[in-house]
Parts: sequence; C-alpha cells; structure tokens
Amino acid sequence: MSTLLKTDTDAVTGNGAPGGRADSTKTRNKSKLAPGVRSSLGLKARFRRDKSLIFMTLPAVLLLAVFAYVPIMGNIVAFQDYSPFVGIANSPWVGLDNFARVLSDSNFWVAVKNTLVITAFQLFFFFPIPIVLAILLNSLVRPSLRATIQAIVYLPHFFSWVLVVAVFQQILGGAGLLNQQLLAHGWQGLDIMTNPDTFLFLITSQSIWKDAGWGMIVFLAALNAIDPSQYEAAAVDGANRWSRMWHITLPGLRPVIILLLILRLGDSLSVGFEQLILQRDAVGAGASEVLDTFVYYTGVQNGDWSYAAAAGLLKGLVSLALILGANKIAHLFGEAGVYSKK
Amino acid sequence: MTTIEKSQKKPAGLRWPRNETPARAAWEEEPSLTVKAAKSATLIVVVLAVLLPLYTIVLTSLSSQSTITNAGGLVIIPGEISWDAYRQIFTGGVVTRAIMVSVGITAVGTILSMVVSVLCAYGLSRPGTLAHTPLLFVLLITMFFAAGMIPSYLLVSGLGMIDSYAALILPSCISVFNIIILRGFFMGIDQGILDSARIDGASEWRILAQIVMPMSKAVTAVIALFYGVGYWNAFFNAILYINESSKNPLQVVLRSYVLQGVSVPGQIAVGQGVAASLALQMAVIVVAMVPILFVYPFVQKHFTKGVMIGAVKG
Repeated sequence: MSTLLKTDTDAVTGNGAPGGRADSTKTRNKSKLAPGVRSSLGLKARFRRDKSLIFMTLPAVLLLAVFAYVPIMGNIVAFQDYSPFVGIANSPWVGLDNFARVLSDSNFWVAVKNTLVITAFQLFFFFPIPIVLAILLNSLVRPSLRATIQAIVYLPHFFSWVLVVAVFQQILGGAGLLNQQLLAHGWQGLDIMTNPDTFLFLITSQSIWKDAGWGMIVFLAALNAIDPSQYEAAAVDGANRWSRMWHITLPGLRPVIILLLILRLGDSLSVGFEQLILQRDAVGAGASEVLDTFVYYTGVQNGDWSYAAAAGLLKGLVSLALILGANKIAHLFGEAGVYSKK
Repeated sequence: MTTIEKSQKKPAGLRWPRNETPARAAWEEEPSLTVKAAKSATLIVVVLAVLLPLYTIVLTSLSSQSTITNAGGLVIIPGEISWDAYRQIFTGGVVTRAIMVSVGITAVGTILSMVVSVLCAYGLSRPGTLAHTPLLFVLLITMFFAAGMIPSYLLVSGLGMIDSYAALILPSCISVFNIIILRGFFMGIDQGILDSARIDGASEWRILAQIVMPMSKAVTAVIALFYGVGYWNAFFNAILYINESSKNPLQVVLRSYVLQGVSVPGQIAVGQGVAASLALQMAVIVVAMVPILFVYPFVQKHFTKGVMIGAVKG
C-alpha cells in the first residue's frame, strides 16, 4: 500500500525538479507528522472530523467506480461468447477459447509486431529529440528568446490528432504544399501520406512535430535544477563545454531520462491510437494495424465482442507487467522509478 | 505572437537593449561562430516547422478563389483576402452545428471535471484523515490498469448513453493524473494557514473556497486547460459513442471534410462570393485550432512553474 502512496507525492513534487520541489518538500514533511497524532482519535470521532473531506472525494470515486471499475469487471466477456442480444448474464461461458483464438490469429500478431516496431522506432528517433532540444534551449542566454521559442514549440501538443494529421496531409499529402511546389518546378511528386513503406517515418515525424516540444519541458526543469556552481567549478578546473555537458549536464538529466523511459516502456503497447486510426484507410491495415485498432475493428466494427475483449485484456495485463517490470529494473539500477518502497 | 509576448508580462525584458550583450557567466567561454550558427539554424528550423504550416493554412482559409487557383493549392504569398469561407461555414449547416456541440461539450465538461477534481484533490490532501489511503488507492489503481475499450463501450451502451452528449463527457470526466497534480499542489500549501482557519471554525468547504482556491489559481488554470483541450480535441469517444451525424463534435467533422474528402456544405447567401473548397477545408482546420490559440497564451506562462512537472513525470 505504502508503495503506491509514495508514488504520487514523488511524481508531483518531482525529484530534481525545481519549482515543485522547493515549495512542497517543506510541507510534505510537516504533513507526515500528522497521521500519528491524528489516528489516536476513535473511528467515530475521526469520521466526524473528516466527513466533509470524505464527501468531497465521493463524486470522483463514484465516477471511477462506474466508468473505470465496472468496465474492469466487464472484462469477463472475454471468457464468454458474448452476444449483445442476451447480455452478459445469459451469454454462454467459453473459458479461455477466445484467448486461444486470439493467440492463433495471424492478424493479431501483425498488430503486435506493428505496435512493438512503432514503439522501438519512436524510442530511438523520438525520445532523444526533446533532450537535445532542451539542452539547446537551455544554452540560450536571453530569457526572452527562450520563453518565446518555448511557447511556440509547446503549442502543437495542444492540437488534436485530427488536426495534426490534417496539417500533415495539407503539407505533405498528394495534393499538398510540398508536391505542389515539386510539380511546379518540374520534379516528381512524392507519395508520403499513403506509402506503407515509409509509414513509420511519417508517424514518427508527426509525433515529433506534435510532442517533442512539450516533451522538453521536464528536461528543462531538470536542467534548471543543476547547480550552476558545478559548471563553474568544472570550468575553473579546465573542463571545456563538451566535457561539462558529458560530466554534469547528462548525469543531471539521468533520473528524468530513466523515469521517462520506464513510463514509455510501460506504455509500449499503446501507440498513438487516434493517430493510427485516422491514417489506417490511407496506408492500409498491413502497416498501421496496432493492438488498439485491432481491438476496435474486431470488436466495435465487426461485433466480435468477446474476441476483441480478450485481445484488449491481454494488452492490459501485459502493459501492467511491463510497467511493474520496468520499475523493478529501475530499482536494480538504483533509480527512484515511478514508485518506490521507502 | 503578440499575445504570447503579452503573457510574459515583462515588456521590457522582451526588447533587449541592443547595445547590451546578454550576460554570460565570466567563466563561460564564448561559443565559436560555427557553434553559434548551427544553434541558431536549428532553432530557426524548429520554429519554422511549427509556424509555417499554420501560417499557410490560415492564409489559404482567408484567400479568394482566384488566389488559390493561381497558387495551385495552398497559398504562401498573400493575395486577395476573402472571408467567404468563414461566412459560409458559420451560416448554419454541419460545421456550425459541430462547433456548437464542441463548445457545449467543452464548457460543460470542463466545469464538471474541475469541480469533481478539485473536490477530490482537496479531500485527499490531508494524509491521516479517515479512509485517506484506501481512497487514494482506488484512484491510483486506475493508472496502472485500464479497463479496455470493449468493456467501456459495452458499459456506455448498457447505460443507454450511445448518441448522448453525456457519453462525450462522463467517461472521460476525470483524469487521475490531474487530480494527483492538484492534490500535490494543495498539500504544498502551508498547513498552518489552514489550521488557523479551522481553529476559527471555518468548515472544510469554506477553507477550500476562500483560502485554498484563491491560492491555487495557476495550477487550476493549467488543469482546466488540460481538461478543456481534452474535451475540445475529443475524437475517439465521438466515433465510438456517437452514430447520429447531427451530434458529431468538430473533430469528427474536421476528419470527414479534410481527411476523408467529403465536400464542405454551407449555405451561400445571395450576393456573396463562393469560397474555394480548399479555403473551406482550411477554415474548418482554423476553427478547430483557434480556441486553443486563444486560451493557450494565458495559461502557457504557468507551465514552467513546477505545476507541470508532475504532469509530465506522471
């Protein structure tokens, strides 16, 4: 229990992050004293004292109960031959048949492969970019210039995927700006938006356009938290720009990098669902089918509910294992991870 | 651009005196010219990669039929300006309806989400209160295991919410993430102030409304932006739960007109020019973009104040 509790305070105050840390650690320690003192009261007295606080959480708990916990239990349809006409109560039980079917379905494995390939590709090409950008931006001396560039590159993060894909289509699509210019100058047009072979590059560049700037924010915070006197001391000792980056900047970013890697690993089975579903028609299922779209098309579109639920449940369980496993690895490396057992 | 500059609230800082070079620490060597050039080139490319597509889309939406024909598609060099596209999509029809649906969902959803989240976050902000740990646990479990699309769909359809606006709001009403950020902020407020209010007999409700909320304007604004943007951008919930085309929010309409090539209908008033179909498409894109461009500068300045770190770190 306490493991999870630690999670959130850490996540929020952000180890190594300047703003949050400064103002919350103080009070966090203070509030930690409170529980021992308070629990000396009787249950009834505590209820009387805390009832308004408990009531405040009820709307959220109720919403979660209905829209998160009921569906978690709804996963039992994965063990049934569910039919919407007879409902969950009357649908026949089939044990693990659906899972057996899923695991012997070649389309499912195509989706698994695509999902993992996209994750690996993005980890390699997307992940380092925010770090590089943050270091670059951090080296700017003028705060005003830095703030302006930050404001601009954060912006696409707030656009919807529909909007991002639409923008890409207008610029790189068959009738888009790029082809328009190429054709006007007697070159050949490029087939970027509908080519399954280059689809990986396309979706990765879309992700970069949308989220690389935003991804930078946490690295900027971590860079800010590095004590500038370390740089000064290194410089006095004769370390040049590059060795300062290698020996001070990158080690300073290490906890954040590892934390984000864990989160990304735990999330490796979810890859831009909206992004992919929007482009599935254009490039075909062979290149763009991932686990989420597989579940959507077999379940919601084709009505094979139990089958799709089984695939979805597999995905959920493997994701859970991944996040717990990734966190374990982080502990082995002596990092804080997402949650810890302190 | 101007709005972003305004939001910095430091007009003086923006115009760096030309004769004064910005301060570089004494021990720090001046970077070589090559390094400087490479740096600025990279940053210029990055900034242009964001701004150029937006610029040409906005410009095309404002261009007349003939300007677009001359350009052979998207317009880069401004020509004849025409508001026909906007006139057309705002005078009734599918886009107008979708805008109203999206505005309604966003307004109602954001308010509801904020009320529920702030209450929950404050309710959980004092460790040691009764049932604090189990309640927190109930929240956090959902971050590790998501129910999945099929059971969620079956639930929403079982509740008879298919084709209702509630299906666009309630299932995505709270984000545990956002609650945890708010909670972290509330926990950071000096408990001494709150305790003294308690001693004076203020109820928790009153403390929340009159002490905590006024102290949490920045974090509340950021979280409200997250919720608002989430509702405005909602696309998947709509294609999952909404079948009736008249109830489609803007993102779904944007998809059908721009990505699926359905032509944009619109009522053309007598005596007005007909907008080019490309201009119409671009206008729909701009309409989907504008609310974000409008709200963003006011909230953006709070991103770096540490409230955001929790969000990104999760």
